[in-house]
Amino acid sequence: MTWETVIGLEVHVQLATQSKLFSGSPTKFGAEPNTQANIYDLALPGTLPVMNKEVLRMAVSFGLAIDAEIGKRSVFDRKNYFYPDLPKGYQVSQLDFPTVGKGSLTIEMEDGTEKVIGVTRAHIEEDAGKSLHEDFQGMTGIDLNRAGTPLLEIVSEPDLRSAKEAVAYLKKLHSIILYLGISDGNMAQGSMRCDANVSVRKKGETEFGTRAEIKNINSFRFVEKAINHEVERQIDLIEDGGRVVQETRLYDSELNETRSMRSKEVANDYRYFPEPDLLPVVIDDDYIAAVQATMPELPNAKRARFVSEHGLSDYDAGVLTADRAMAEYFETVVTTCGDAKLAANWVSVDLLGLLNKADKGIAESPVSPEQLGTLIARIKDNTISGKIAKTVFEAMAEGEGDVDQIIENKGLKQVTDTGALESLVDEVITSNPDQVEQFRSGKEQVFGYLVGQAMKLSKGKANPGQVNKLLREKLNNG
Amino acid sequence: MALDKSDVEKIAHLARLEINQADTQEVTQRISNILAMIDQMQSIDTDSVDPMAHPFDATQRLREDEVTETNQRERLQRISPATEQGLFLVPKVIE
Repeated sequence: MTWETVIGLEVHVQLATQSKLFSGSPTKFGAEPNTQANIYDLALPGTLPVMNKEVLRMAVSFGLAIDAEIGKRSVFDRKNYFYPDLPKGYQVSQLDFPTVGKGSLTIEMEDGTEKVIGVTRAHIEEDAGKSLHEDFQGMTGIDLNRAGTPLLEIVSEPDLRSAKEAVAYLKKLHSIILYLGISDGNMAQGSMRCDANVSVRKKGETEFGTRAEIKNINSFRFVEKAINHEVERQIDLIEDGGRVVQETRLYDSELNETRSMRSKEVANDYRYFPEPDLLPVVIDDDYIAAVQATMPELPNAKRARFVSEHGLSDYDAGVLTADRAMAEYFETVVTTCGDAKLAANWVSVDLLGLLNKADKGIAESPVSPEQLGTLIARIKDNTISGKIAKTVFEAMAEGEGDVDQIIENKGLKQVTDTGALESLVDEVITSNPDQVEQFRSGKEQVFGYLVGQAMKLSKGKANPGQVNKLLREKLNNG
Repeated sequence: MALDKSDVEKIAHLARLEINQADTQEVTQRISNILAMIDQMQSIDTDSVDPMAHPFDATQRLREDEVTETNQRERLQRISPATEQGLFLVPKVIE
């Protein structure tokens, strides 16, 4: 039997503000417990929320990035539930009038195909604190530093049909929020968290199957594994004559399995009602236009421009624009060296290889874009060969200085002096009589070997074009 | 809309309220009366009226994104019954 998977994602993005959504407490990650939790965050009686302007701007900019309807009048609601890391007993969220309405984004699959995924809505809400269940002699420890941190919850339509599509969607979302600078997107630190609603149905059916919600997925890799695992579980269950129950399941990355999380005797009933402590937030066209005016160039537009303006392949353009910092790095390299194709190669192969090996991000690159640009310029003006350039690049990565300094200090300048090259070629001819004989009797393949010998003799510094030319002349005239 | 005893018990549980068995009957009656009033209100035609989120005809004022609070942990934890390593301690809540 053929099954079809249906996935919808709910992604919580922590907005990168200085202060909390409704209070002036700081939002830094990793502070000592409860040093960033003040009277409103702790829900002390008589405290009132005052909304952070920047949160609204960030939410609207996200809405514009996904071509969404922007809510000109957003209303906050209380979502009620009891848990000690939610001191107010309710989470302030948006139910019927979110700031961001229906929108969409385009994902690209590995085979180059594109698909438009609907976004149902994105609403502003506050984060809860953290509960620590270990080491407190039968008690639970509560850290409220995170309580009140602004979140944008982005809800997709059930448009995703495979775990791979879910990952592509998540990566696109990640790329957009980093371009907008509205979050650091760090999944390991919980700045971006993903819940997946997963169901299966027989191919051709129009009704959705019963879904399970998987929580606690905190990396791109785990999203794919968790969904695949859950799909398999549901198919096995149905094929064995069972039925999928609507429930929340927790993904365990160590065991690679999902397990039922809530054994509550009553279903969740959040008893939403409008938050009486907050008035509706109203914005007009001028406000939206002002946010629009500050929008950076987004990944898809940048990608198209890299193809048309820099003449890159669609694939290279995709690699280089996935990350805004990388795209900007690349453009600085191009400006410095004036050769987009060489720049694309060096950034996507050599630089990325170096960074991956060192497990570093582009922002921490030991080689600056100006340095790399200068390096490429030195290949182009024949100061060094492409091969020697790799040596210089490695030396720069080790912090040995700038391009020209390293070329000078290590004596790597390309040999273009005809006299010096001639004696080099003569030496190769003298010390390889057999190969020379073979070449002269018509064995063309040997030529490459002889060029290699000359390059080796010069320790890679000879200009390969000149060596080729000189060697051929001498062999033909000898 | 009439409520029965089990509805009231469920609502009480969600709100974490304890109701004596002896009082359940009376509470059920009182909530049913409130719901009866809401039923009456719902019979009014409101098709041309926008939902109201707040009784005041005013909009939310926003504040700048600035940190204005300082660390008050020591003072704030003085009123807590139990703390350890800077954490508030509560009865264990994991299921």
